[in-house]
Amino acid sequence: MANKIRVATTSLAGCFGCHMSFLDIDERMLQLAEAVEFDRSPITDIEHCTNCDIGLIEGGVCNSENVHVLREFRKNCKTLVAVGACAINGGLPAMRNFIPLEECLTEAYLDGIGVENPQIPSDPELPLLLDKVRPIHEIVKIDYFLPGCPPSADVFWKFLTDLLEGREPSLPYELVHYD
Amino acid sequence: MSKTFTLDGKPIPFEDGQTIMQAATAAGVYIPHLCHHPEFTPHGSCKLCNVNVNGRNCSACTFPATEGQDVLSETTEINQDRQKITQMLFVEGNHFCPSCEKSGNCQLQGVAYHLNMLDNHFPHFYAERKMDASHPDVMIDHNRCIFCTLCVRASQQADSKDVFAISGRGINKHLIVNSESGQLKDSDIDAGDRAAHICPTGAILIKRTGYTVPIGQRIYDHKQIDQVSLETEHESHG
Ligand code: SF4
Ligand code: SF4
Ligand code: FES
Repeated sequence: MANKIRVATTSLAGCFGCHMSFLDIDERMLQLAEAVEFDRSPITDIEHCTNCDIGLIEGGVCNSENVHVLREFRKNCKTLVAVGACAINGGLPAMRNFIPLEECLTEAYLDGIGVENPQIPSDPELPLLLDKVRPIHEIVKIDYFLPGCPPSADVFWKFLTDLLEGREPSLPYELVHYD
Repeated sequence: MSKTFTLDGKPIPFEDGQTIMQAATAAGVYIPHLCHHPEFTPHGSCKLCNVNVNGRNCSACTFPATEGQDVLSETTEINQDRQKITQMLFVEGNHFCPSCEKSGNCQLQGVAYHLNMLDNHFPHFYAERKMDASHPDVMIDHNRCIFCTLCVRASQQADSKDVFAISGRGINKHLIVNSESGQLKDSDIDAGDRAAHICPTGAILIKRTGYTVPIGQRIYDHKQIDQVSLETEHESHG
């Protein structure tokens, strides 16, 4: 138990698709659980990272909270991994980068079809939106990248088993996809 | 006895007038490339075909083969340079492959896969680029244009038209359409033109054909671009 590898995961400006794909390793999860212990992650509901070996980040950064979470992960994880298209290049959420933020908010909360009680959310609890969605390597240093939308379960498996078995992780041709 | 040069230590025969790229392809050796196409005059702009000739970096698609040249291509250093060039192409445009009709059939992506490019390394420009969907059959998504000029050359050399050109310099460089309005619908383009089909990326697309082959069953999903290129692109000799 004592020497288990500690893994933290989070979804920033992502859709949880990468997490779902990770869970697609199916019964291999049992094998993984023998070597790995999850720290902060939607899988555990632990709220803050402690010292971890591996941090898996899904999604880019679209608001101030994303930036704080990303920095917390970088501070606490020896190896930080960008998982999926959105973490790597902003992905689908970054397609708003070409529309001024004010226009996005106006369309979504004031003028959009079917909007009731139109108002732009301004509760102080809500994290502030960034003017552009950014990939995570533009904010902190990233050690590895797992491309894909989402990366397949085999990508997670190959990467984690490489690391667990002390090999430099590498993805063969069949596992590299951007779509 | 035909003349030869060496490519990564292997003798490659060539005929006078051939470029390093032409001779290598004829000998069954792939050199990564994007702006090169065997049927059109070489342009030498993407620099992906960068090779080292007698200690000096050159573009294989434009550099003439000569007797006894010592050419290096598949070195770690050169492939790292090629990867950086490819990453620059990705951050300069807006390449969201999961939402691109060309994904899996795209040569830019194919080259990136071949080079085992896992990230874009550089900060993204998120440059504002437009689309031109004015034509009934052909569309342009400028977000994906890498300025290879293949459409320009194909329109002139294969279609005997002059539909496309590259305008502006540096970061302001962009593809323009030869028509009064600047729109594709008012140009001479026809869906059957070579220029409408030559684009290595998803910048020029034929409408209503984007998903006839499902994602996952496309050219580069299972076959590397080196193999595809050698099977499908044939150099004319001499
Ligand atoms: S043109 Fe190629 S690299 Fe660009 S988004 Fe489309 S598939 Fe991806
Ligand atoms: S539209 Fe396509 S073929 Fe034309 S310059 Fe751009 S990338 Fe090349
Ligand atoms: S292929 Fe030679 S410079 Fe583009």
